[in-house]
Amino acid sequence: MLTLFLILFPVVAATLLLIIQGEKTKQVALVAALIELALAGYAFVGFKPDASSQFGFDYAWISSLGIRFSAGIDGISVLLVLLTGLLVPFIILSTFNRDYPRPSLFYALMLYMQAALVGVFTARDGFLFYFFFEAALIPIYFLAAMWGGANRIPVTFKFFVYTIFGSLFMLLALVYLYYQTPATATSAHSAAIVDFYKLNLTPEAETWVFWAFFIAFAIKMPVFPFHTWQPDTYVESPTPATMLLAGIMLKMGVYGLIRFILPIVPLGVETWGKTAVILSVIGIIYGSIIAIRQRDMKRLIAYSSFSHVGLMAAGVFSQTETGMQGALVQMLAHGINVVGMFFVADVIFSRTKTNQLDQLGGITQTTPKLTVFFLIMLLGSVALPLTNGFIGEFLLLHGVFTYNNYLGLAAGFTIILGAVYMLRMFQKSMFGPTSSRTESFADLTSSESWVFIPLVVLVFWIGIYPHSFLKVTEPAVANMMKYIGTTAVSMK
Amino acid sequence: MLPIVLLSVFGIALLFLGFLKSKAVLLPAALLFLIITLGVNFLDWNKTYLYFNDMLRTNNLSMVFTAIMLGSAFMVVALSSSFINDESAQPAEYYALILFSLVGAVMMVSFENLIMLFVGVEILSVAMYVLTGSDKKNLRSNEAALKYFLMGAFATGIMLFGMALLYGATGSFTIAGLAAYTDHPQTGLSLLIYVGLLMLLIGLLFKVSAAPFHFWTPDVYDGAPTIFTAFMSTVVKTAGFAALFRLLSVSFGGVYTFWWTILAIITALTLVAGNITAVYQTSFKRMMAYSSISHAGYLLIGLSSLGTQTKQAIVFYSLAYSVATIAAFGVLILVSQQRSTQTITSEGILTENFDAFNGLARQNPLLGFAMTVSMLSLAGIPLTAGFWGKFYMFSTAVERGQIWLLVVAVLMSAVGIYYYFRVIIAMYFRDGATEPIRVAPFFQYVLLGAIILTIGLGIAPGLLQGLF
Repeated sequence: MLTLFLILFPVVAATLLLIIQGEKTKQVALVAALIELALAGYAFVGFKPDASSQFGFDYAWISSLGIRFSAGIDGISVLLVLLTGLLVPFIILSTFNRDYPRPSLFYALMLYMQAALVGVFTARDGFLFYFFFEAALIPIYFLAAMWGGANRIPVTFKFFVYTIFGSLFMLLALVYLYYQTPATATSAHSAAIVDFYKLNLTPEAETWVFWAFFIAFAIKMPVFPFHTWQPDTYVESPTPATMLLAGIMLKMGVYGLIRFILPIVPLGVETWGKTAVILSVIGIIYGSIIAIRQRDMKRLIAYSSFSHVGLMAAGVFSQTETGMQGALVQMLAHGINVVGMFFVADVIFSRTKTNQLDQLGGITQTTPKLTVFFLIMLLGSVALPLTNGFIGEFLLLHGVFTYNNYLGLAAGFTIILGAVYMLRMFQKSMFGPTSSRTESFADLTSSESWVFIPLVVLVFWIGIYPHSFLKVTEPAVANMMKYIGTTAVSMK
Repeated sequence: MLPIVLLSVFGIALLFLGFLKSKAVLLPAALLFLIITLGVNFLDWNKTYLYFNDMLRTNNLSMVFTAIMLGSAFMVVALSSSFINDESAQPAEYYALILFSLVGAVMMVSFENLIMLFVGVEILSVAMYVLTGSDKKNLRSNEAALKYFLMGAFATGIMLFGMALLYGATGSFTIAGLAAYTDHPQTGLSLLIYVGLLMLLIGLLFKVSAAPFHFWTPDVYDGAPTIFTAFMSTVVKTAGFAALFRLLSVSFGGVYTFWWTILAIITALTLVAGNITAVYQTSFKRMMAYSSISHAGYLLIGLSSLGTQTKQAIVFYSLAYSVATIAAFGVLILVSQQRSTQTITSEGILTENFDAFNGLARQNPLLGFAMTVSMLSLAGIPLTAGFWGKFYMFSTAVERGQIWLLVVAVLMSAVGIYYYFRVIIAMYFRDGATEPIRVAPFFQYVLLGAIILTIGLGIAPGLLQGLF
């Protein structure tokens, strides 16, 4: 029941926001998001660490076809539900110094987006998953295209068509899987994801189902070479939408890899997994190298996100327990870090009206608070020990190394290259002589500080005591490994 | 049978009501007649009857199709309130023709005898020819009517020829008789069956504007008054597909192996022709014409992979498509009536272009939202009825294992998003005229109804379960 509440509450809150259209839209939206956070926190705390699905809700949606509105939280989804609940209040809080036109629509769309994201992470029916997967696109598209930058219309349009195109293949794969399932008591087939796990597909079918899913998720994440929509979209979107995209939405793709590809088509992963890992590793290095050359902060963070998500994909495709665990923790960590980084970019932009690194510099002279917070978020991003990024990347790299030493070595460059582009950004923007735009740079206001403080706490919490997060995912991941052909690899 | 009788009587009654001085009574009367017919339609629910010496058979499926067409007609008539203010308009005749054409449509969905199918097609078509040309002083309307009539008459001729050949081969006009003949192919079927079936199919595929018989569609849809375009693209299509379904599933299931390849190729052609050409349109109305071709393609997927799901798929798809299309045309009517002066250029009527929608959502949130929901539904995005329509269609193809057809359909769906979103982009993200469009209250209710139906079926597609 709690799951249903988690999905429905933002919908109701957003609809009320639209209908009432009051003065204090921001505050109401923030309160709604905080209530959602409390619910998600309750789900996280109350989650019994085993492989079962909890807080579930199940209702016959299209009974004649055996399609059910079935949602629940298990060890794979619990961190993502927490992440969704956690980030949205901060994203809303980060807009408190900005006035977006038509605020009620703006915040309502964000809450609709949140509902769809929770739906994606908790769906236990294949078609329900697809339903939310697509439904999440609509609010984010409008957010990006209505409040975005000058070039927003073609850019967001490309994003929309590209991602829909990918997910249509997933729809085909889902329908195919559905027709392979045996009859249930009430209908001829079943769309429950766990029933998909039990299927024995032919090798040819596994291959094409693998690719159908992979293209859908690879576009969403994005994995090289499906990433061309991403940097432009991140740059042109208003910062809150970028935070939603980078912080939560790209995790839909990684989540899909773990939830669908690995357990449903283990043979396909066995055959094509290496190709996928190689593509991901190419993405890691390629994204990092481009990030080093960027002059625009938002674009740099976009490419860094592209590089990081490549590592997550590689870790998942390593088919090891550590790789999957690492991906789950890294999704949480990356969400926190990337929202922090984009918020830094937004703070700088709101004061200087530019994100171009060569026009910035010397900000640190007047801003002790911003400097400290920026540095901590940055160190989390470059995976310094004791920060959250370290835990995730370490586990992921361990997984990739177990899979293949050479690929692991190549993926390991992410830490070095990541440090290069992140520190370069920090140096160019914060140190050096002040420019005309940064001379009178005001330090963080209290509402801005309150965005950073909890994020910083989380950076250290995950970095120092990751067990509190790893323990909830562990049983579910171990259970997932049963469906994967190469259990032997993880035993080493 | 009652709907046929009632519609005929009501049609004549409407003609007589036209003698009254006040035109104001016509619209409510037509709506009332349609509602009564809709209610009466369901009297025979769960029963199967044969009427007129076994010429017509009503069953649940034919009643559902009849209801969809009557509902579509109701919405179209409800959106036609502007006739009152139009000096040259003849609403009595228009409404009577709509009711008469529905008689033909009902015959098409419940025929038991090929003669009845032919009569139904003719009644529907002749009424449509007249309605297409009803804007007498508009050159494009006249051109459209002439084109439609000439090509339509030709297609009907081919269809009739096909029926004659089928009769020659089997000695029967009834679909049961044909089925009895084709179900035992081991006796060796006469060539006449195949030729006859092909000609019959060509005639019907022309009516639903499937490629390569679609060339009349853009000009006719574009030239006809928008309100009748809405009627044409929904009722005629639903009737055509209901007839095709009945024909293929009952009579020619035995020779499935013969026709499915042909139909699958036509399906792919229709999808490609409709979607690709729609991308290049500057006129919204013309885009909708090509979009209707592409939707004929999606509906054909269900037929060319005829199976247990097809019935459900066609019913759901035609309902979702009809509601979304009528709402879209409804918004177009308001926009083209009230945005600037009607300027006719070589590129068509400017007020019917995509640019006419610029900034619409800011001035008229309801119109913008109705249009957005319709476009999302036509594009098949989740949360709307159109998504489940596509879902059912794709399911039928997967069930039959027609993967290549699915790949074409998926690629074309992605193309479809491109042109449907042009309207949404224009409405929300571009700046346009500043004065809001006046929307009559009644108009608003129809659009609201369409929105609720589309989203309601999008969230709970199981609602229609009782109908199958």
